[in-house]
Amino acid sequence: MQPLSDPRRHVNIRAERVADVSSTDFPGHYPGEDHSWSLDKFKQNLQVKVQKLSQRSIDFDIVGVDASIANAFRRIMIAEVPTVCIESVYVWNNTSVIVDEVLAQRIGMVPLNVDPAVMEMKKSPDEQPTDRNTMVFKLQVACTRSTNREEPYIDDQVLSGHLTWEPVGEQVDVFAHKPPAPTNPNIVLAKLRPGQEVNMELHAVKGVGKDHAKFSPVATASYRLLPYIQLNPQKPVPPQHAEKFQKCFSKGVIRIDPRTQTVSVDPEAVRDDTVSREVLRHPEFEGCVELKRIRDYFLFNVESEGAYPPERLLPEAVHVFRSKIDTIREAALSLRAEDVEMNN
Amino acid sequence: MADAVPPKIRIMKGAEPDLSAATYQIYDESHTIGNALRWMLMKNPKVEFCGYSVPHPSENTIQVRIQMYDNLSSLEALIAALSNLDDLCLTIGEAYDKSLQEDKYTRWEEKS
Repeated sequence: MQPLSDPRRHVNIRAERVADVSSTDFPGHYPGEDHSWSLDKFKQNLQVKVQKLSQRSIDFDIVGVDASIANAFRRIMIAEVPTVCIESVYVWNNTSVIVDEVLAQRIGMVPLNVDPAVMEMKKSPDEQPTDRNTMVFKLQVACTRSTNREEPYIDDQVLSGHLTWEPVGEQVDVFAHKPPAPTNPNIVLAKLRPGQEVNMELHAVKGVGKDHAKFSPVATASYRLLPYIQLNPQKPVPPQHAEKFQKCFSKGVIRIDPRTQTVSVDPEAVRDDTVSREVLRHPEFEGCVELKRIRDYFLFNVESEGAYPPERLLPEAVHVFRSKIDTIREAALSLRAEDVEMNN
Repeated sequence: MADAVPPKIRIMKGAEPDLSAATYQIYDESHTIGNALRWMLMKNPKVEFCGYSVPHPSENTIQVRIQMYDNLSSLEALIAALSNLDDLCLTIGEAYDKSLQEDKYTRWEEKS
């Protein structure tokens, strides 16, 4: 029989506490076992599987990595994968009721459909704008009265769709196949009344989410661990309580045999369980079941904000991670060279 | 410029002369690299101790402490760990691309 608790692979979820939280796969932790890094072993254990893909979001599993690695990818997707957003707003005229700085702030948040790969990042905010690092938009809206009684105003809303791209230099050719524009043209930025107008020049630059959240390419990027419901074969769920047991879990997770009233866990549906611990509240189920999560089984859910298709976000995060490692490695190598020089 | 960019890595004072125990300050990095690097260094059986910290949230640096067995160089261990971390990233990236191209997965239209 499989032991009920495997503290190496399972994070134990009890009624009022969690147990076996930290990973222990380090050299020296278990006498006589080798836990040193091996790329071959890692390749054997690693499983990456895409589960669901839509035009806006992706679900994928990464199995066989440590939480620190999974968390690094999550953090990079949120804060360090670059996108292009409006950063500078030059107000020529704004007679709307929204003050300049508030309107500028709102405009900055609008997600753009620009592929960040074709733009360069400014090294400092003072760097001279060029056609490679800056993209120019105009926003010119004036509200007027119309003769239609149903809709008495023309252009009484400033919408993200009013942003018009002004190509500069080589941008004409680079963006010919996909003219830069907001991903959603229906975002209301300000409301106007007849006689009021907005006239602005907007400069979009490439940036990262750690500088300002508007640059984050994801709406959410999160992971959770795969739930694992372990039924105790020594103490089956009483048949008269099978339905009550089923109701303690998310829909579809527990199956009941219609003839014998024995319960079992649906291996596909278990990933959707919320691990609510409701089952642990009832004395009749004491000892029947243990709730766990699998330590190295990460279920990612990532929603794209529009700059990248959702399936490109993880590869971009991997790319950013590798270039970060490369920068540190170069610095470490030059440190070693200096050290050798000093000792000679 | 008054405030020049600090070096990417600095060995902090108090390190052993043979670098068998040293604290490295890495500029412009956070928990993202800190925790992953700490994990990879701890996978090295020659590392006696490894830990990292973000000393202050408004200072853009992390500190990684490495202590080695047998008077080995912690700098070598750091360089090796960075290479291993790069291999790991490459492997995950390849496995993901493979799954994206070959596996069967649900495709659906998400309403906005």
